[in-house]
Amino acid sequence: MSIEVEKSNIQVVNSPAGIEGPGFFATSVDKVIGMARKNSIWPLPFATSCCGIEFMATMAAHYDMGRFGAERLSFSPRQADLLMVMGTIAKKMAPILRQVYMQMAEPRWVLSMGACASSGGIFDTYSVLQGIDRVIPVDVYVPGCPPRPEQVLDGILKIQELIQKESIRRRDTPQYKALLAEYGIE
Amino acid sequence: MAQAKDKKEKMVQQTAPETAEKLDEKEYSILNLGPTHPATHGVFQNILKMDGEIIVDSEPTIGFIHRAFEKLSERRPYNQITPITDRLNYCSSPINNIGWHMTVEKLIDTKIPKRVQYMRIIIMELARIADHLVCNSVIGVDAGALTGFVYVFEEREKIYEIYESICGARLTTNIDRIGGFERDWSDVTWAKLRKFMKDFPAVLKEFEKLLVRNRIFMDRTIGAGPISADRALNYGFTGPNLRAAGVDYDVRVMNPYCSYEEFTFDIPVGTHGDTYDRFMVREHEIWASYSIIQQAIDKIDKMPEKDFHGNVPDFYLPPKEEVYNNMEALIYHFKIVMGETNIPKGEIYHAVEGANGELGFYLVSDGGRTPYRLHYRRPCFIYYQAYPEMIRGNMLSDAIVTLSSLNVIAGELDA
Amino acid sequence: MEDILPVIESKLRETFGDAIVSAEMSKDFPVFTIKKDKIIDVVKFLYDEPEMQFRFLTDLCGIHFPDNKGQELGVIYHLHNLRRNWRIRLRIFFALNDSVVPTLTTVFSTANWMERETYDFFGITFKGHPNMKRILNVDDLGGFPMLKEFPLEDPTRTDKNDSMFGR
Repeated sequence: MSIEVEKSNIQVVNSPAGIEGPGFFATSVDKVIGMARKNSIWPLPFATSCCGIEFMATMAAHYDMGRFGAERLSFSPRQADLLMVMGTIAKKMAPILRQVYMQMAEPRWVLSMGACASSGGIFDTYSVLQGIDRVIPVDVYVPGCPPRPEQVLDGILKIQELIQKESIRRRDTPQYKALLAEYGIE
Repeated sequence: MAQAKDKKEKMVQQTAPETAEKLDEKEYSILNLGPTHPATHGVFQNILKMDGEIIVDSEPTIGFIHRAFEKLSERRPYNQITPITDRLNYCSSPINNIGWHMTVEKLIDTKIPKRVQYMRIIIMELARIADHLVCNSVIGVDAGALTGFVYVFEEREKIYEIYESICGARLTTNIDRIGGFERDWSDVTWAKLRKFMKDFPAVLKEFEKLLVRNRIFMDRTIGAGPISADRALNYGFTGPNLRAAGVDYDVRVMNPYCSYEEFTFDIPVGTHGDTYDRFMVREHEIWASYSIIQQAIDKIDKMPEKDFHGNVPDFYLPPKEEVYNNMEALIYHFKIVMGETNIPKGEIYHAVEGANGELGFYLVSDGGRTPYRLHYRRPCFIYYQAYPEMIRGNMLSDAIVTLSSLNVIAGELDA
Repeated sequence: MEDILPVIESKLRETFGDAIVSAEMSKDFPVFTIKKDKIIDVVKFLYDEPEMQFRFLTDLCGIHFPDNKGQELGVIYHLHNLRRNWRIRLRIFFALNDSVVPTLTTVFSTANWMERETYDFFGITFKGHPNMKRILNVDDLGGFPMLKEFPLEDPTRTDKNDSMFGR
């Protein structure tokens, strides 16, 4: 007798390119580690203003950032992978942002959400830092004021692409060291 | 215990008299509830002096998101200031926008039709519901109850969809114009609004069942961060925080604007001014706002006319057909878009009941195209001063719950 | 609402005489201009007097008129009588080099941060304030931002291309 098994509509992540056989699967270490890293990001929400509320809406049930693996928010920099800077950074706050970035352990990425974090936004004033890339290196910029949750998720997907392609020993590469030297870190 | 006491006495005997005195004194620990902290919703810093778990004193520092709104407003023409007011209390930005427009309309002495006023009231009360939903669910999150937050944010999404169908934006809405709304509300908006009104009570009742008579929640919040009515008035409290302390001051009733005098609604008042009272006052205010929206929808349904703006040709953009066919409309359009309309000279103060209290706009105009001086009376800035007094003697967890029940929005704090 | 300007004006003039420089209506607010050194006495009088009872300080802010020589800076107080729903505005004006004003924190605790903000923005010091420090700006800003001559934009920026934005 045949049992009708309903076709499962659970989506699983595509496995990377590799050699498959009965009971084994061989691929390069980078690809597996990249796949593991990108689907388990622990973001640090550095929410200062209005973009923080849109981030709360992105984490909530309707737009659900958790389905991309970024469910567990970490407020401690040592345990976080992705620093999401959301909102205006004033000059008073810039040293604190730098300190949080320096406290993060490798590997770390930075997502700048919103116009204010990317470039100062509509606040071209004496007290607002015109873009966080003046104090820390940024990987992905998400424009908008505030960006729609779909845009934020697009930014997260781009971070995932970066994480997949990156070598696992990025911290030793000369380009990375030169980048951090530009910012005066380490 | 006895061993430790003996050891200490031995230490006291062995040390010099000056240091021995200090050993008997209490030693306080300093804890930095820093600008980046999961519990502070926004960037403000509190340096706490603690005796074990009890807070003895605290020193707040603000200004980590000072964006110079007042200086920026002196540079921008009147219709370009609306996006700045959005970012004051960004959880309920329509109230700020409409409050600013009413200030300008008061200065230029213009009359707004009734239908527009009722539409404005609907939007303002929706914003108030949205803000109170955030505050109450976040009080739950800070006490450990994360479920309510997720349920309630779905309702916020529905409110966002209503705003989006009117003005195109979700959070920082830039809704409404000087003189009325930019276009009449579509059928989609009305359908979404009516559906929201039908479905909302069930969700709110579910949220209330979770927290209102919850033994754990009540134990956490009753007695946390109390303030008496006298001290609250002296500190300039307004809004739900003042009403929780026992004073029924509501700007909508005291100085009615935008036809609020035609609506009947309750003003909930608490007794002790602690966190539970603030939570309950906001909860009842959500119900009051719901009833106001219902009354406004009924009133608008009975009105045959369909106007959505007043007659303010100097500030309100004329319709595009007229701009292309009529010389006058073309000139008005040009002047408004380029920001070359002058405002009459004068000084005015207008206050609206924001979600946190009396949001005031003090505008001094010298007859130019931009304000000479625009000062925002921000309720968060004024009542956050009382925070050290409110948490003195409380434990750290109570201080966290008090902070979230005050609903301090960083944008409004620093402006 | 009854006409409150004559009521308050007569009470103030009989107690303070010529410390009341002017009294007028501005839209719907009675506005009184007071001499700087008498402002605390006037506010205390309005607080204590049983017919006045202005027990709520709505707002305190500064203002700068660079063209009024000798009276460039000003402080504006908004008071509110909650029982009778009366709102008034008090103004004091003084010169740039005479910018020390007595503090209102003895009467209203809410004036604490409002005065710090006014100091931060205009450089007006309040004598007797418990904590006269900057509140919103960084401590080493070097200047008072809301004065008309202070630039809005950061002058040390090197990346703005003026030829493209037609400044």
